[in-house]
Amino acid sequence: MTRDVGYWIGFAVVLALLTAAPLVLPEFWRRFATEILIWGLLAMSSDILIGYTGMVSFGHSAFFGLGMYGAAAALLGVRPPSLWLAIVSGLVGAGVVAVFVAYFSTRLRDIYFSITTLVFSQIFYVVIFTWTEVTGGENGLSFRQPPFAIPGVVSAAFTPVTLHWFVLGVVTLSYLVLRRVTQSPFGKVLQAIRENEARTRAIGYPIERFKIVAVMLSGLFAGLAGVLYAIQNKFAAPDFVFFAVSGEVVIFNVMGGMGTLVGPVAGAAFFLLLREGLSRFFTEYYLIPVGIIFTLMVMFVPQGLLGFLRRRLNP
Amino acid sequence: MTVPIPIEQILVQTVNGIVSGMILALVASGLTLIFGIMDVVNFAHGELVMLGAFVGATTLASTGSFWLAFVTAALVIALFGAVLQASTLRPLLGRDPLTTILATFGISLVLQKYALWQWGPSARKIQEPITGQFHLFYLEYPWYRVATAIFAAAIIGALWLFLRRGKYGIWIRAATQDRIMASAMGIPVPLVHTLVFAIGAGMAAASGVLFGPLGGVTQTMGFDFTLRAFIVVVVGGMGNLGGSILASIFVSLLEAYASLVVSPAQAVIASFVALILTLLFRPTGLFVPTPK
Amino acid sequence: MLALENVHTYYGKSHILHGVSIEVGRGEVVGLLGRNGVGKSTTLKTTMGLVRPAEGRVVFEGKDLAGLAPHKVAHVGIAYVPEDRRIFRLLSVLENLRTGLERPGLSAERRQALLEKVYASFPVLRERRNQAGGTLSGGEQQMLAIARAMMLEPKIILLDEPTEGLMPRMVSQIREIIAILHREGVAILLVEQNVPLTLEVSSRVYIMEKGQVRHHAPAAELRGNHAVIHQYLGV
Repeated sequence: MTRDVGYWIGFAVVLALLTAAPLVLPEFWRRFATEILIWGLLAMSSDILIGYTGMVSFGHSAFFGLGMYGAAAALLGVRPPSLWLAIVSGLVGAGVVAVFVAYFSTRLRDIYFSITTLVFSQIFYVVIFTWTEVTGGENGLSFRQPPFAIPGVVSAAFTPVTLHWFVLGVVTLSYLVLRRVTQSPFGKVLQAIRENEARTRAIGYPIERFKIVAVMLSGLFAGLAGVLYAIQNKFAAPDFVFFAVSGEVVIFNVMGGMGTLVGPVAGAAFFLLLREGLSRFFTEYYLIPVGIIFTLMVMFVPQGLLGFLRRRLNP
Repeated sequence: MTVPIPIEQILVQTVNGIVSGMILALVASGLTLIFGIMDVVNFAHGELVMLGAFVGATTLASTGSFWLAFVTAALVIALFGAVLQASTLRPLLGRDPLTTILATFGISLVLQKYALWQWGPSARKIQEPITGQFHLFYLEYPWYRVATAIFAAAIIGALWLFLRRGKYGIWIRAATQDRIMASAMGIPVPLVHTLVFAIGAGMAAASGVLFGPLGGVTQTMGFDFTLRAFIVVVVGGMGNLGGSILASIFVSLLEAYASLVVSPAQAVIASFVALILTLLFRPTGLFVPTPK
Repeated sequence: MLALENVHTYYGKSHILHGVSIEVGRGEVVGLLGRNGVGKSTTLKTTMGLVRPAEGRVVFEGKDLAGLAPHKVAHVGIAYVPEDRRIFRLLSVLENLRTGLERPGLSAERRQALLEKVYASFPVLRERRNQAGGTLSGGEQQMLAIARAMMLEPKIILLDEPTEGLMPRMVSQIREIIAILHREGVAILLVEQNVPLTLEVSSRVYIMEKGQVRHHAPAAELRGNHAVIHQYLGV
């Protein structure tokens, strides 16, 4: 019980810090904080698959990207631009991809699944990159930021501060939902699948159904992250569908600690801060030390930062 | 509104497809050998191709000899592969495949950026050793392309012979089929693993050098090869050497034909579709005789 | 020559061997009997280095084999013929034999001589030498597995249930092979379910139960002792 209380106190502290952040930080770091939250959400969504169900997805950029483009479609197609429509549209976009991936997840295991997710995200990348009439091709799409509007109650344009709070709200809510899910019996079954799929199946669980739900969940939240990114930055570009984004997400998961939800968020923050710091010295070669650290962590600290800290704190 | 495609174009694309297919086969056979013997899906395989191309380009620039560049690149990258495997992958033997794919992914990041650091952002050139063309239907077709296909085939043939005869061939095949009994028979399995990885790396480097005159040498070329090689290895059957060679040609032909109707950038989707269909209907591989 | 001293082995969390101590002298044929699942195969695997003991030692010719990789154990002079034969199915019979012949310091003549010797003992292998191992019958595969081990010129062979699933005619052949090996001075640690055969060929027998050695006696003594046999083996 005391650990639980400790956890919620910690949670409240972090939340308070994140809420206060945009008020005290300079412009650059304000945006940075918001971005960490968005990538954190993406990392959490990926953790559902990698950390909890044991399915390595190398294609999360597809969910993210389609969430982004889905939001773009709504913001460009409907006047005046509606925030909620953008969210719904983005989720639908990501959801459609998730359905496909979910189908394959039930028929393929391990490496075959990972390679397929990789190929999938590349298919979307190529289509988006070359279908210039619809997607803007290489240059992507840019659009206006929608206002925060509840019909009949309020309509106000976002300021960097209020946008940050909106993102914080969405991400926090997502975190609480995902936390509830992973701690539920459903979440326990997912972990059982990761530990020993054959045995879990033998006990009688319909593995396929669990995997489908896991993929849908993961895909939708990843798409939500894409929507938030689109709203924050007011553009959608094929770069975000490219494999590199998927790769970075995997890095967040491993470095932060798979299967912990909070870990990947910390991993995202850690990576982005590392990148910021290292690129002062290494410029674009920051990935060399980061890549080395990552590989070493895969080999020696597979439980990630969080797992490592946990061990230190509970000897 | 169907535009009939002249038969000559199809035939030319067939030749093109076979040429690219043979280069891809060099890459894919290394990858499938490595997977077959140590269950490692080498995400960094494409970067080995890229590094081979760069070493080749640098050697060519300083010595002027294509063949010296070719041999140097293959040997250097083979050696590098051996060191890489012994230091990072050997300790991971026995851990779940998730770990090795993540580790090789991390390595691919490092290698890609290392190339950027070592050779700078601009592309390199590798001059083809055989200039001159011959008349192929309506085109002046470069001899070099044909030579590449033949040369790649020769290398694969040599690999096949090596595996069929000789002590190391037996060691490799035994260790691939049953790692534990091979060890119990006195075969130094860890050494065999390193040997196979080195061979795979060397072949990847070789294909990088061969590809150089055709497609250029850039730091980002690796990912494309990794992706294609993965597709081919799955379509051909993981661990199946003959299958991956056939699949390389098959997939390359598909892409070549596809680029008759769509742009080359979009033609890659043909190989993606081939993968998806294979996974749906014959997941053990299109060219595997009986699905197990 | 070979001694297991108080060996404890685990598979994951399962404690399989609880302090097993076994000795095999030079040239001796020693039997290891017990019901299914008592740890007989694990004992052999631990000896071969395929599984690492959590406690205890495996000593061969005075040297502790601790942490030695299986291929090094093979070089030291121990050969292993596993329970399901596990010949290399896609390799030819000859190639299967060659896995044991490709050793440093073995001249071409010596290799040929070893091959000829094994062909003489197992003529069917000469006949099928270019056939893939997987196409052989069960009995032929067992012979190949033993022949393959003999290529290592071992000082001791660990034989795991060689007669399992074989017809009576083949069981006699196994008996003959064990006799040949014994004549040549090769020691054998024989794990078997076939009690009469084991008692016939062994000089001493250990009986295991639940991961421990419960009884140890000269085979001569056990041949008439139906009570003990019934107690531990239920036959």
